[in-house]
Amino acid sequence: MQPPAEMVHWLFATGMLLLGLCLLSEAIVGEEVWRRRRWRAYLWPGLAFGLGVALWPVMVLFTNSAIHMLAHGAWAQVLMLAGAAELGLARGKLKSGLWRLTSPLACLVTGTAFLVHEQNGWLFARSSFLHHALGWVFVGAAVFPLGRVFRPRSPVFGAGFALSLVVIAVLLYTDRDVAPIFGHLSPLAGTPHR
Amino acid sequence: MNSELVFEAHRARARRSARAWAVSALGPATMLAGVVWAIAQPYRLTLLHPHGQGFWWLVIEPPLLVVAAGVAFALLVASGLLEDIEAVEAERSS
Repeated sequence: MQPPAEMVHWLFATGMLLLGLCLLSEAIVGEEVWRRRRWRAYLWPGLAFGLGVALWPVMVLFTNSAIHMLAHGAWAQVLMLAGAAELGLARGKLKSGLWRLTSPLACLVTGTAFLVHEQNGWLFARSSFLHHALGWVFVGAAVFPLGRVFRPRSPVFGAGFALSLVVIAVLLYTDRDVAPIFGHLSPLAGTPHR
Repeated sequence: MNSELVFEAHRARARRSARAWAVSALGPATMLAGVVWAIAQPYRLTLLHPHGQGFWWLVIEPPLLVVAAGVAFALLVASGLLEDIEAVEAERSS
């Protein structure tokens, strides 16, 4: 009784949307207000870590090739690493701001994983298009968390990272298992759903 | 009081209230996006035509997930954040 793969994408889109909203509000109000309640400092790192954990069952149950499984496994690991590093920084267990490099690393590895494991061209089907688009958005979005490493209080880098996650959420919400993209659908992709 | 100082204080208050307004708008804006999506693509809402639909199709409906994310953010995060913005502003002005 597994949900279709597209629904898993929609659930992760919701997680990404919440992550983006939390980061955006942190960028708007600033670190001083955001950390006024202790639990809020752990909110988005915990959410990122949780999304990383949730990627493991996706890797086990929803992948149909070795490269697909490796891509999801790599994504799960780097997302958990980034979430854990941010949790450590929020708690004060980690002191060096260089631990924030795990977030751009997560974006780069995730983007590369998306690009490498998609075997078809952009217009093969909607899912292929989204894999290419998501991959490049993740790679491009790495600029923002990288900027936060050197300027952690910058609202531009904070808001840029948050809005990148919102864009990623929108792309994930548009995913369908078999659907056309801009009127294109390869006959090899199968029969489109509703 | 120096008119320049009054102007600066007024501008700072306006900026702070803009910050509070932006945070309070995030949740409703997200909910509105979900509602607009549901109106634009009603076939994505299987609750409107539930006959013959399986469990997952009735539980996971993307426009409703967007609305739920907006509601969760507004209730769990934004409300407390607005209180804290006001508290910090009050501390600074006193």
